[in-house]
Amino acid sequence: MSSETKQILTTDGIPLEVSLKKAEKKNKIKAFLLVAPLLLFLVITYVFPIGEMFSRSIDDKMITNMLPKTFKEMENWDGQELPPEEVFAAFYYDFKALVEKQEHGKLGQRLNKEKNGFNSITKKLFRQVKRKKIDESISIKEQVMKVHKRWRNVEYWQAIKRTAPPYTMSKYLKGMDMYYAADGSITQVDEDRRIHRILWLRTLEIAFFVTLFCFLMGYPIAHLLATLPMKYSNLLMICVLLPFWTSLLVRTASWMILLQQQGVVNDFFVMIGLVADDNRPEMMYNKVGTYVAMTQILLPFMVLPLYSVMKTISPSLMRAGKSLGGTPFVAFWKVYFPLTIPGIGAGCLLVFILAIGYYITPALVGGASGTLISNQIAFHMKQTLDWSFASAMGLMLLSGVLVIYWIYNKLVGVDNIKLG
Amino acid sequence: MSKNPEFVKFDKVDKSYDGKVLVVKDLQLDIAEGEFITMLGPSGSGKTTCLMMLAGFETPTHGEILLDGNIISNIPPHKRGIGMVFQNYALFPHMTVYENLAFPLRVRKVEKDKIDKKVDKALSMVSLSGFETRMPAQLSGGQQQRVAVARALVFDPAVVLMDEPLGALDKNLRESMQYEIKHIHESIGVTVVYVTHDQSEALTMSNRIAVFNDGKVQQLSNPAELYEKPVNSFVAEFIGENNTFNGEVVDIDKDKCKVKLANSEILANPISVKSKGEKTTVSLRPERALINPTDKMDNMFTGKIEEVIYHGDHTRVRLNLLGSSEFILKVPNSTSNLELKVSEDINIGWNSTDARALDPK
Repeated sequence: MSSETKQILTTDGIPLEVSLKKAEKKNKIKAFLLVAPLLLFLVITYVFPIGEMFSRSIDDKMITNMLPKTFKEMENWDGQELPPEEVFAAFYYDFKALVEKQEHGKLGQRLNKEKNGFNSITKKLFRQVKRKKIDESISIKEQVMKVHKRWRNVEYWQAIKRTAPPYTMSKYLKGMDMYYAADGSITQVDEDRRIHRILWLRTLEIAFFVTLFCFLMGYPIAHLLATLPMKYSNLLMICVLLPFWTSLLVRTASWMILLQQQGVVNDFFVMIGLVADDNRPEMMYNKVGTYVAMTQILLPFMVLPLYSVMKTISPSLMRAGKSLGGTPFVAFWKVYFPLTIPGIGAGCLLVFILAIGYYITPALVGGASGTLISNQIAFHMKQTLDWSFASAMGLMLLSGVLVIYWIYNKLVGVDNIKLG
Repeated sequence: MSKNPEFVKFDKVDKSYDGKVLVVKDLQLDIAEGEFITMLGPSGSGKTTCLMMLAGFETPTHGEILLDGNIISNIPPHKRGIGMVFQNYALFPHMTVYENLAFPLRVRKVEKDKIDKKVDKALSMVSLSGFETRMPAQLSGGQQQRVAVARALVFDPAVVLMDEPLGALDKNLRESMQYEIKHIHESIGVTVVYVTHDQSEALTMSNRIAVFNDGKVQQLSNPAELYEKPVNSFVAEFIGENNTFNGEVVDIDKDKCKVKLANSEILANPISVKSKGEKTTVSLRPERALINPTDKMDNMFTGKIEEVIYHGDHTRVRLNLLGSSEFILKVPNSTSNLELKVSEDINIGWNSTDARALDPK
């Protein structure tokens, strides 16, 4: 409001603006209270766990807390030659404290991850410390170096120094098949050990093709749904939604029954003579199984947004296209198809994002060549208990989804998405 | 160039959607080249079905449709070269006005500069020059309608079909668009087949009107004849207002008949009654009955005013006359107007030639 305009007063003499705010305040509070439970729920179940995952994925405080004196002394060490007496002494006292707390084993394991060979030399050092063989009144450096020749190797001391920061990106590097080399530079692992990169690529590939198959199958179905008379379209809609009402496990299990080598589909192929009985193709525990099952399971997510967009397209537009001289194909391609793009965008984004993080189905029917990155995450959660690595990969997946969303927004525009 | 009187011909066309009910029955209709013909009728009377069959979106169940002498029943819509304006305009919402108009030309592989010229011309015809880059959503209803008309005409079709194109517009705009479409038709001489359920629209615009009911053309004639000389009581009822008396013919000669009502007798013009004893419905236009007529008229009665409704340019008077309390009079509001008061008695008269004895309702 410009200063020149006269302030409008209500009949009580209160400025209109104040009065309006007062009147709306109650409604605003009510509205907030209505969304508050959801907001709280989201914070507790979503924001907080993701924060927790992030801190876990970069957390490296354990060893920082184990060797406080050592790292303090190492600050003055340039890391080129063997460290001076003070570092050895600090390490010895830290280690002695760990031995008293019986935590020296953990230190050995942790250091061994950084560089092979630490496990045995910490055990040797432990025995010396336990038997009180080390005389604290003379040079500790000399005595420690005598325990094992590796304690005289500067590379091992460099490895310890590398673990000093309380935070590390090593889990993220591991997720991309890379690691910190001895000199601290980022290096790729040997080609035959690059498993994660294959998984990432495979996840993208499977998500892409599942999206494509869903689109190719879902588009005609959605079109039929939108154009059929009500009584048939309702029936078809139920057919589309039926899988939704069935448990995911049941659906996946039924695909296992259908696709296995002695399964229904193979029996049928043999029966009609398409394949020989002793040469039944493997359709499960590989990519084929993952494709088939995931496409079926994710199909409704493609059909529904497409349907809701197509429902709004007036049939007279196609007629207009034809009456103006366009062949049915031209009328479809120039008139109908461009109008369905918001639905295609929504459907594809939905299916792709769901597919990229899919877990149960690939775990059950994917076998070795059909598992995805989510299965690897689950593996580290449950089998190796390397939660920080699982967290790191989970976050990489999340940021991957965000990147895809961003690219999509640049290409199509999020405003053009229509979910219903 | 001589005009072909059978430019579009419906030849014994039947149409049924479910195999049980005929929505169009034995339709025989010739449309002359350059004519503006309106198919008028209530919803469900089969008029839109006829239009859709002509456009090619529906196929006749029986019979043929001919365009300029050629059977077109088996030609798909996009090869018929018939322009069409749809009920809700059906402008392509993702294309600009220019692209909408260029669409029929582009699919015909017309050169770019020729397209520009034709689009220009079509837009100036509907006085929308300068709107090329607008999207349909940025236009008002009337402007969208003009674009739709321009788009249906831009590729010089031989016939343009219009399916209740003004239905979504408000009253004033609708009226001005009626004149505009009429003028466009007159200036370019294209054959127009227009579908509407609005009788005043049909009367304003058309050369001839085909009144549809129950799948059949009830009457096909020019607007004046349709209004003045309806051939049956459906047309009389559907076009304009109409006072009716149901009775029985008691006496008949060549151009006059006597009809016995419940408790009186009137003279009427025998249109579809042939002999004594036939049941009939007599139809009389409200403006043909006069109050205190100065001339001698052969029907003179006295009625009681039941209701007076002021309508601006005229006043409607509802009378209780000859046992019916639904008799309507239209009195023009001129300075020399008489005082009309409810429950007063007035004298009413009309000529028997204006009272048409039609088929019984």
